[in-house]
Amino acid sequence: MTVPYLSLAIWVPIFGGLLTLFAGKDRNAPVARIIALLTALAGFLITIPLYTGFDTTQANMQFLEVLPWVQYFNVSYALGVDGISMPFVILNSFITIFVVVAGWEVIQEKVAQYMAAFLIMSGLTNGIFSALDGVLFYVFFEAALIPMYLIIGIWGGPNRVYAALKFFLYTLLGSLLMLVAFIYLFQHSGGSFSILDWHAAPLSMREQSWIFFAFLASFAVKVPMWPVHTWLPDAHVEAPTGGSVVLAAIALKLGAYGFLRFSLPIVPDASQYFAPLMITLSLIAVIYIGFVALVQTDMKKLVAYSSISHMGFATLGFFMFNQLGIEGALVQMISHGFVSGAMFLCIGVLYDRVHSRQIADYGGVVNTMPKFAAFFLLFAMANAGLPATSGFVGEFMVVLGAVKYNFWIGFAAATTLILGAAYTLWMYKRVVFGPVGNHHVAELKDLNAREFLFLAVLALCVLGFGLYPLPLTEVMHATVDELLRHVANSKL
Amino acid sequence: MSSMQKLYLLVPLAPLFGAILAGLFGRAIGRTASHVVTILGVAVAFVASVVIYQDVQAGNTFNGALYTWATSGGITFEVGFLIDSLTVMMMLVVTFVSLMVHIYTIGYMSEDPGYQRFFSYISLFTFSMLMLVMSNNFLQLFFGWEAVGLVSYLLIGFWYTRPTAIYANLKAFLVNRVGDFGFLLGIGLIAAYAGTLNYAEVFAKAPELLQMTVPATGWPLVTAICIGLFVGAMGKSAQVPLHVWLPDSMEGPTPISALIHAATMVTAGIFMVARMSPLFELSETALSFVLVIGATTALFMGFLGIVQNDIKRVVAYSTLSQLGYMTVALGVSAYSAAVFHLMTHAFFKALLFLGAGSVIIGMHHDQDMRNMGGLWKYMPITWITSLLGSLALIGFPFFAGFYSKDSIIMAVHFSNIPGATYAYICVLAGVFVTAFYSFRMYFLVFHGEERFGKAHAHDAHDEHAHDTHAEAHDHGHDSHDAHGDDHSHDDHHHGLAPGQKPHESPWVVTLPLVLLAIPSVIIGALTINPMLFGEWFAGVIHVAEAHDVIAEFAKEYHGVVGLALHGFVTLPFWLAMAGVGTAWFFYLKRPEIPAWFGRRFAFVYRLLDNKYYFDRFNEVFFAGGSRLLGRFFWRAGDQAIIDGVAVNGSARLVGGIAQLTRWLQSGYVYQYAFWIIFGVMVLLWMWRMDFQAGAIGG
Repeated sequence: MTVPYLSLAIWVPIFGGLLTLFAGKDRNAPVARIIALLTALAGFLITIPLYTGFDTTQANMQFLEVLPWVQYFNVSYALGVDGISMPFVILNSFITIFVVVAGWEVIQEKVAQYMAAFLIMSGLTNGIFSALDGVLFYVFFEAALIPMYLIIGIWGGPNRVYAALKFFLYTLLGSLLMLVAFIYLFQHSGGSFSILDWHAAPLSMREQSWIFFAFLASFAVKVPMWPVHTWLPDAHVEAPTGGSVVLAAIALKLGAYGFLRFSLPIVPDASQYFAPLMITLSLIAVIYIGFVALVQTDMKKLVAYSSISHMGFATLGFFMFNQLGIEGALVQMISHGFVSGAMFLCIGVLYDRVHSRQIADYGGVVNTMPKFAAFFLLFAMANAGLPATSGFVGEFMVVLGAVKYNFWIGFAAATTLILGAAYTLWMYKRVVFGPVGNHHVAELKDLNAREFLFLAVLALCVLGFGLYPLPLTEVMHATVDELLRHVANSKL
Repeated sequence: MSSMQKLYLLVPLAPLFGAILAGLFGRAIGRTASHVVTILGVAVAFVASVVIYQDVQAGNTFNGALYTWATSGGITFEVGFLIDSLTVMMMLVVTFVSLMVHIYTIGYMSEDPGYQRFFSYISLFTFSMLMLVMSNNFLQLFFGWEAVGLVSYLLIGFWYTRPTAIYANLKAFLVNRVGDFGFLLGIGLIAAYAGTLNYAEVFAKAPELLQMTVPATGWPLVTAICIGLFVGAMGKSAQVPLHVWLPDSMEGPTPISALIHAATMVTAGIFMVARMSPLFELSETALSFVLVIGATTALFMGFLGIVQNDIKRVVAYSTLSQLGYMTVALGVSAYSAAVFHLMTHAFFKALLFLGAGSVIIGMHHDQDMRNMGGLWKYMPITWITSLLGSLALIGFPFFAGFYSKDSIIMAVHFSNIPGATYAYICVLAGVFVTAFYSFRMYFLVFHGEERFGKAHAHDAHDEHAHDTHAEAHDHGHDSHDAHGDDHSHDDHHHGLAPGQKPHESPWVVTLPLVLLAIPSVIIGALTINPMLFGEWFAGVIHVAEAHDVIAEFAKEYHGVVGLALHGFVTLPFWLAMAGVGTAWFFYLKRPEIPAWFGRRFAFVYRLLDNKYYFDRFNEVFFAGGSRLLGRFFWRAGDQAIIDGVAVNGSARLVGGIAQLTRWLQSGYVYQYAFWIIFGVMVLLWMWRMDFQAGAIGG
């Protein structure tokens, strides 16, 4: 009998999360923390066979699980992963561990509920990445909004209600259009909710265009692409550290994943037709947002804008329809998971001590926190795309793909080399270097063992994938090749 | 893996191992152990390089991959080594100078709390630089390229509490990134059209590439590639207008100024272009571009050396100017001459920097030459070695610099490439300028009146210069956190107490000076034959027949001694002598003349003192402009239009409709009654109209 790894990856965190809730009030907080950590670790270990047992020569879905669900509408509980989604399931389960550890001492109120929210969200997110049924996908996609809404709304900063509502409404409005598209596809594909059936469904250009924009409305908000990005900085600023980590590392990947799983294969002709629009929006994200990031005074906002800019590389890579572009975009997304997660954890380390995210409230942190400064520098450099860090790999591949596609697009994309370095290192300079800025900085204590551990593990990931990304690119080849072949075949 | 291949691997890994040990466990293993492991690492790398050198001389070269980094889009990205005569020469220079600097650092940094960290960084640098020069492909080249930039960033900002240092390191990184922008596009074009990043495979495809143009631009492909790559070199090798970071990089401790910002890293661009000679040879446009940029740098950066009072900054501008000479050589296809000058320069410039560092130690960290003078008496070894270094720099016959610089001048002389005449004038005039600022420094530091130990000695000495300095100082405060060199004096204001005398530095400092002085004198005479006229670079550096200026030069070349003797009767020699003489006259004989010049030609002085206003322009236009643009996008785009109008606007619209419906549903019975009555009235009125219409119609 085959082990249903994907179901386990989904339901172990969800049940673990529910179990955590039973720990109840905050006097049982230690129990809640331990259950949460064990669940997160178990959740990650379950996903490892997905990599080791993955057949890199196959483009098809693997680890398939299909059970009937709502037979009247042909809805099924269908799971499976390919070279595109498998890395994200693992990344998501991996990052969950950091989220639990990052909130270990910091969260003192409603601990069980906090941990449970993250665990449940982790399970739901695995569901999003592995769902092969449209309805199942939609259920996971929407359900995952709820824990995030709660995380921002309950454990967030002073303006949390505005931010949580903005986040919720922005994303909900988008996904309603996606639902309409799903229903249309259901009727049009002869009554199937199978995403793979949709891939094969013939659609006219007019239909494709409508569906393309319905998908775009949903996914562009999630990525987020310019100009529907303004919810992200607000959400990040108000979210607790763990919330920011999940938002940046995982939630932003959902939209980009949607483009690959839905837009490109289901409406290939519209995707090609509207590629110039998508590329333009992506380049605006890279350049415009890069300039905006430069002038931020709040560290979290700065990194939030930097995330938008980096995700611009992902969408740029997708819509050039070459292997370097798509694989580079995927690598960029994975790397961004580590790097942005680490950046937010670093900011969290400072925030826990000084309770400020303002750059101006720091200065000379290196004097009192040398170990922290070293880690922060590594992640800042990765954020700026320095070779030998994972941040370089995706950017490099996408720029190479872009130059091949059109020199000027490559030219515009490569400006990130300058902008990314400028906003990241200028912030680093003002926060970390210099003489001790004020008495808060003078009183800072360097990393404790827990913080050191999680930053060190992320540092190893960042360096590891920077020096040897082959294991990552290898699992993608077959799937991406197949996707490109599929997209090249017109449905008209 | 053969034993030779293991040795190749050992060369970069030994310094990396030292760097990791000293960096991560420096505190645990202590200061002495830290410098021992790092010095050992670099020494192993040097010895291994010597062995490899002998192997290469025996005719064994290597080109192969170490591991596959990634594959995508039909390209296999690899990490691998190319070991040939050019590589091994660079390996020898890098490891030797690095070894000297490591030893020197024991003395120079002895009192610094960041001792272990410093050793870790310079070993890490050595590793990165070696990976750069040993690479057999563009990916790893870019890795090394950025890695040396990172270490340079860390080392310029080594004293991270100094505002000037952390300004300088950010500036260095960003300016280099501008260069890397071009570099990456060049690499991107290669990947897109050659389909590989391996040097040998790219060179093999060069004839094919020559036929292509870049779609969407119409540019000839090879020219676009070469110019892109050269823009990278302009950043790394500090060519105008991307030179602005190098003088500021002097904020770093002196040993790294010698190692990184004189001998090795800044020559990476020169090395890279020489390595790419099979591509550059195919584009005369690119070569002309290289030539003009190089010539401009060579002369105009030299001028700036004249007005500097900080001893390190004089050497820094001299480095800029010499890098310009190397670039000129590249532009006229005299790649071997460029690399030859790269090598001799590495020795004598490292020597001059370390000599300056020794002076700084002797002066108790006062870097202002106006407070020096007559040091020859107190620091004999530093004095003699600095004199030898200066003679090498100005190209005095028989010294190393003579052979390399004369070769470049001859090469330019024979070149027909567009811009060659301009370049020839620049490099000739540059000889005078080089000699003038070099010996200005030499005389101010080692000869003349002893000006140290007196408080504010330079106030009386050069009043005018002081005024403009004060002015520049104020500007520095205006622009939010801008710091030029104007502040650096404050940071180094230790200096000698009244009555205190300078002293010679310890042996760990003077030994490297002596060991560097030897090649500064003899290396040119020893290597000119194989490097320029022999077979050493055969098959590595390619020169098209029409560009082969070295062959022209060879016709007039009659041996090492003959060239040097002939050197005494040529124009460059007399220009150099005129420079030395002028410096002597101005700074020893009649010290009031420079002050008079400063007053008489104040505008020239101000232009030079402000470094042609490059920094001001960059600060206002690029840095200020970017912030302005960012604020505009943020406030007007994100906040006003997207959030203000679109997001909150639609929220307000929904809210407004809801407000209206809420107002209607007040829950007051009398209001509902009123609306009912009102509605009935309206209906009645309408019916009446209808009835009337019907009546008329009926």
